[in-house]
Amino acid sequence: MFKEEEMILRTDHIVKQFPVSGGRILTACDDINLNVYRGKTLGIVGESGCGKSTFVRMVISLDKPTSGEILYHGRNIVNFSKKEIWENRQNMQMVFQDPLASFNPKMKILDILTEPLMNFGRLKRSERRAKAKELLEMVELPADFMDRYPNNMSGGQRQRVSIARALSLEPEILICDEATSALDVSIQKSVIELLVRLQREKEISMIFICHDLALIQSFAHQIAVMYLGHIVEVLPGEDVAKHALHPYTQALVGAQFSIHMDPSQKIESIESEAPSPLDVPKGCPFQNRCDYCTEQCKSQKQILRKVSEGHEVACCHVTDNR
Amino acid sequence: MLEIKDLSVQYGKQAPTIEHFQLSMKKGEIISVVGESGSGKTTVIRAILGALAGGGKVTSGDILFEGKSLLNNSKDEWRALRGTRISMIFQDCGGTLNPIRKIGSQYVEYIRAHGSQSKQEAWQLGVSMLQKMRLPDAENIMNSFPHQLSGGMRQRVGIAMAMTFQPQLLLADEPTSALDVTTQAQIVRQMMELRDNFGTGIIIVTHNLGVASYMADQLIVMQYGKIVDQGTREDVMSHPTNEYTKRLLAAVPEMEGERFV
Repeated sequence: MFKEEEMILRTDHIVKQFPVSGGRILTACDDINLNVYRGKTLGIVGESGCGKSTFVRMVISLDKPTSGEILYHGRNIVNFSKKEIWENRQNMQMVFQDPLASFNPKMKILDILTEPLMNFGRLKRSERRAKAKELLEMVELPADFMDRYPNNMSGGQRQRVSIARALSLEPEILICDEATSALDVSIQKSVIELLVRLQREKEISMIFICHDLALIQSFAHQIAVMYLGHIVEVLPGEDVAKHALHPYTQALVGAQFSIHMDPSQKIESIESEAPSPLDVPKGCPFQNRCDYCTEQCKSQKQILRKVSEGHEVACCHVTDNR
Repeated sequence: MLEIKDLSVQYGKQAPTIEHFQLSMKKGEIISVVGESGSGKTTVIRAILGALAGGGKVTSGDILFEGKSLLNNSKDEWRALRGTRISMIFQDCGGTLNPIRKIGSQYVEYIRAHGSQSKQEAWQLGVSMLQKMRLPDAENIMNSFPHQLSGGMRQRVGIAMAMTFQPQLLLADEPTSALDVTTQAQIVRQMMELRDNFGTGIIIVTHNLGVASYMADQLIVMQYGKIVDQGTREDVMSHPTNEYTKRLLAAVPEMEGERFV
């Protein structure tokens, strides 16, 4: 399904640690190995505090990993100089959860949309209006929006503008951090349709962070499930519903509410809560909530193993028990 | 038990936020109110509790709770009602707790404001309610500050407090929206158990259609302050008549549902 030569970004044993009070260390990302392929979407799911956002911030050079390499077309971007990072931003762009917070409220949409291109000297001042019109049309907004201010638009329209701004530089990778979480469902659907259409037209790779498993599996080519800084399962998007193997992924699937579900059927969910990321247990991070937990899980670190094409699981019981 | 007749609410001189809202509810029933942001869902339950935010007032209609109108209640009558017979839980119950006081002292104060328990009795009642919400080590939680608990635990403390006096009516405003999915499933299950054990009627306002339809006996779909669809779960989910409801249902992402790629 994924060809080796189509791989454009690879993260290699990424670890990110933050020092916290009392001389302790918080490991936000622990040994993350993920690949991004041309024109494909990598979805990252996980609960709050599992390190999803920290991971993408490193990919886009907003943070530096403690160790490990991020290879973009074979070049390690971790040790880039400031100037190289700045130039590399043209290849990777990000869309945030709350567009209002990422726009300057005193700038018109015209300025917001064309600022990245002006910044890199890729647009003449006289061509700004034409370019802004083209960008607005790309995200299905009327051209006269360019004279508005961000607060005169609805949340869905603002999110379209931030997508247009991110794509104005024609990046190879688009990173979306909960880009649709603040939107209503009907608007969420239209934004996803837009992203999928643009991805197809421009062969963009996407990294999409989302906590809604049902949403992400509807358009991601591969999904990485994160738990307490660890990747516990990587699998193709269409396999999530039926073929999820890791107990945590299965718990996430079981905890989904669906409008078609039978109300007499009890909702399945794991009890108890995730441990604090400050004291992640030795061995498997999921051990205290897992029904299949054994001595081996408590003592041994679980590493991702390939179970089928494009499907990796970090659980020692997967082939033994089920 | 609760009946809302032709309710309209207006904030200041703006156009009415909700218009012609109707609802009738039996004991132990769960009603879900769904709709997108700005559709007036929260205003409905705030109106029931007489707690409309600044400048909001009921311009027409009536709200009857056990046969008696709530609209002309005096402050003392509201005090007797709120927290004991009608309770509310919020999206972020942790935000309604005082951050510099321990949970136990706030809980005891709350119980003693409404009942005639001694401090020891109130403490014991608090602990037993926390245990009913399946919070581990309830004594320890009573001695904790709100910030020492996770979001899901705080939410459970909020629900435990709201359920202390076994109210006839529980109003829940987006009770699970800020929580992770596994925690959401736990909270939903516990709210259903409360209904089964205490016969509490619940009005839940949420934008999560999956949660709404799972819990509901009756479903109300709102748009621009008006009810566009109302009926049993079965009616609304399986045979929606309204165009907006159909569109809303079609937009909900589903496992094994429509795929875009």
